[in-house]
Amino acid sequence: MRIALFVTCLADTLFPQAGQATVRLLERLGHQVDFPEAQTCCGQMHINTGYQAAALPLIRRYVEVFEGYEVIVVPSGSCTGSIRHQHAMVARRGDDEALARRAEAVAARSYELSQLLTDVLGVDDVGAYYPHRVTYHPTCHSLRLLGVGDRPLRLLRNVAGLDLVELPDADVCCGFGGTFAVKNADTSTAMLADKMRNVLATRAEVCTAGDSSCLMHIGGGLSRLRAGTRTVHLAEILAATAADGAGDGAR
Amino acid sequence: MSRDGPAPVYLGLPTAPRGVGHLRGTEPFPVAARRALGNSQLRRNLGRATATIRAKRAAVVSELPDWEQLRLAGQAIKTETMRHLDRYLEQLESQVAARGGVVHWARDAVEANRIVVDLVRAAGATEAVKVKSIVTDEIGLNEALAQAGIRALETDLAELIVQLGHDRPSHILVPAIHRNRAEIRDIFLREMGDADPGLTDSPAALTEAARLHLRRAFLSARVGISGANFAIAETGTLCVVESEGNGRMCLTLPDVLITVMGIEKVLPAWADLGVFMQLLPRSSTGERMNPYTSMWTGVTPGDGPQQFHLVLLDNGRTAALADPAGRSALHCIRCSACLNVCPVYERVGGHAYGSVYPGPIGAVLSPMLTGVEDNATLPYASSLCGACYQVCPVRIDIPSVLVHLRARHVEESHGRLPSPEAVTMAAASWVLARPARYQAGQRAGRLGRLASRDGRLRRLPPPLAGWTVARDAPAPPAQTFREWWRAHSAGEAGRAGGVFPPGRRSRGVPGGRPPGEAP
Repeated sequence: MRIALFVTCLADTLFPQAGQATVRLLERLGHQVDFPEAQTCCGQMHINTGYQAAALPLIRRYVEVFEGYEVIVVPSGSCTGSIRHQHAMVARRGDDEALARRAEAVAARSYELSQLLTDVLGVDDVGAYYPHRVTYHPTCHSLRLLGVGDRPLRLLRNVAGLDLVELPDADVCCGFGGTFAVKNADTSTAMLADKMRNVLATRAEVCTAGDSSCLMHIGGGLSRLRAGTRTVHLAEILAATAADGAGDGAR
Repeated sequence: MSRDGPAPVYLGLPTAPRGVGHLRGTEPFPVAARRALGNSQLRRNLGRATATIRAKRAAVVSELPDWEQLRLAGQAIKTETMRHLDRYLEQLESQVAARGGVVHWARDAVEANRIVVDLVRAAGATEAVKVKSIVTDEIGLNEALAQAGIRALETDLAELIVQLGHDRPSHILVPAIHRNRAEIRDIFLREMGDADPGLTDSPAALTEAARLHLRRAFLSARVGISGANFAIAETGTLCVVESEGNGRMCLTLPDVLITVMGIEKVLPAWADLGVFMQLLPRSSTGERMNPYTSMWTGVTPGDGPQQFHLVLLDNGRTAALADPAGRSALHCIRCSACLNVCPVYERVGGHAYGSVYPGPIGAVLSPMLTGVEDNATLPYASSLCGACYQVCPVRIDIPSVLVHLRARHVEESHGRLPSPEAVTMAAASWVLARPARYQAGQRAGRLGRLASRDGRLRRLPPPLAGWTVARDAPAPPAQTFREWWRAHSAGEAGRAGGVFPPGRRSRGVPGGRPPGEAP
């Protein structure tokens, strides 16, 4: 299958390994990945901070760049959530009904990575090998906006060598929330403290999730404490094979 | 948040006035939250209480196979009511009047307080007993009564604790949730006057002390004041749900009963109660059935209050109704399920929101009633995690309303001196609108590598400085994804024998339909 990658601005700029892993994984499964270079950002940060007019050109760009593709993969639950649940709404608020309809059509073909793998490609076992103790944080927008349910866990359970540990209070927000982490830094940090306490209680060496943003938050806290647990995007785990050995691209 | 100057107006309709009631905080949410976060006793009290109620709710909700259908029914009834609110309110008025009650229309808190004060004075009373009521807190009724020389006695146990402690409610359902029983014992001993000096902090002993304290007031009061959970337009029936029975004492013993009700509480028909009597107790207290449900219709000669006054309060509700993207906030039935699941509320408590309506629903309802500018930090007091929407018994999409109110805030600030945030956002949009600018931005950001150690940045400049208070930031990598892609796709193309020339792929022209053509 021919699959277009919307890598997200965050992964492109700060976490390229998540995008690279998505490409390697899909190519290994026999698919052709396209990366249209005219892509930039979905506009979620602008929308969720109140700057909907500034998000409109970004939504238009997303629609124009991706509407020629049958299937689009996004290695982020919250960017997929914004594409699916906000793009058309913002276009309508900006009085652009034509754009809203196009946005709805493209959104229906945009999939978060675990959705793409299980629902579109029909794979639960991607043939990965990752010999580490791992806990999974279901990010809020994957869980509640997209309803990915146990798809990521099904994929992780089939990874050879992986020791999956359940995260206590897994479905509680990590406190990232986009600009919330800066505007309400103290409250965000209090939420992060509880998330880190639960991550560390699992004694996992890796905390994974489907969003680089939430992982940047949890990982930034763990790194500040030198806690000895690192964060790794779900795509990186699923892309890892026995040929890679025990390495996992940790930074 | 200045309280000076004219109140902002949305769509020409009046918002709740300044200077009266408790819908506005005295400081921005992040400042109040920071102080609350430092209170370890508060954190422990809230953490324990919300975890207990959360678990109870989850257990009783899971018992009902048709819970989602009930939520849809609740949402549908509220949507229909709001669509024809004028009609249902006039129907309610005529039904209440036909049964011997008197209906008063109050445009705002000032009018409502004046109406109630006049009614208590006309009854010749200097004391009134009160049923737990958030709406009378919203309008600052107790202060208005005190100014008129009338003592209002809160009879709900938690409201009594708050009143005796010279405190403010911090939760819709459990106003004293921020207090533990040792603190409550201290308040009773200090403030009650008639408390036994040997009072212990056992729940039974504390309840008994309150019972003795309140009994005298119930038997002597001539005026009772209540709010309302529901009012039935079809029959003119008022309904109050509570857990203690103290409310029923106030509703039945005094000669004069005054009920203050927000106009959004009306329901079209008696049968609608069947939906809400299932949704409310399970969502709020985690009970299958509400313990004390009191309903009354007008006046019954020789039985109960012989005068009944219903005060219908607007106080910004019509302005809220005029906002199509936010009006669903008026569907709220005050169950507080959203507070109990909110990770922000659980950590900062209700006082940080500055309004009688705290938590996720308060973060939308308070700005809707006052106008966004008077509660400008509340729409941002959420990580948009969506836990509130998931439990709301009438399916209010609180995260979407929060996002809408943030947009209203930005739009209504338009024309003023742009904030640093607005400048940053405009710059980011400009950069992200064109790939060339975006890539130049990525290259510039790479300078951050110079300040990093082991791929980490320990301090970011404003406006991102808040991030690195407690979190490292990732240093930009040596190669962006798109730089890696160019090399990767060139290699792939070479291996594939040039079937997909990198130039073509890198421009992102899809091989399928041309852009813009419908699928």
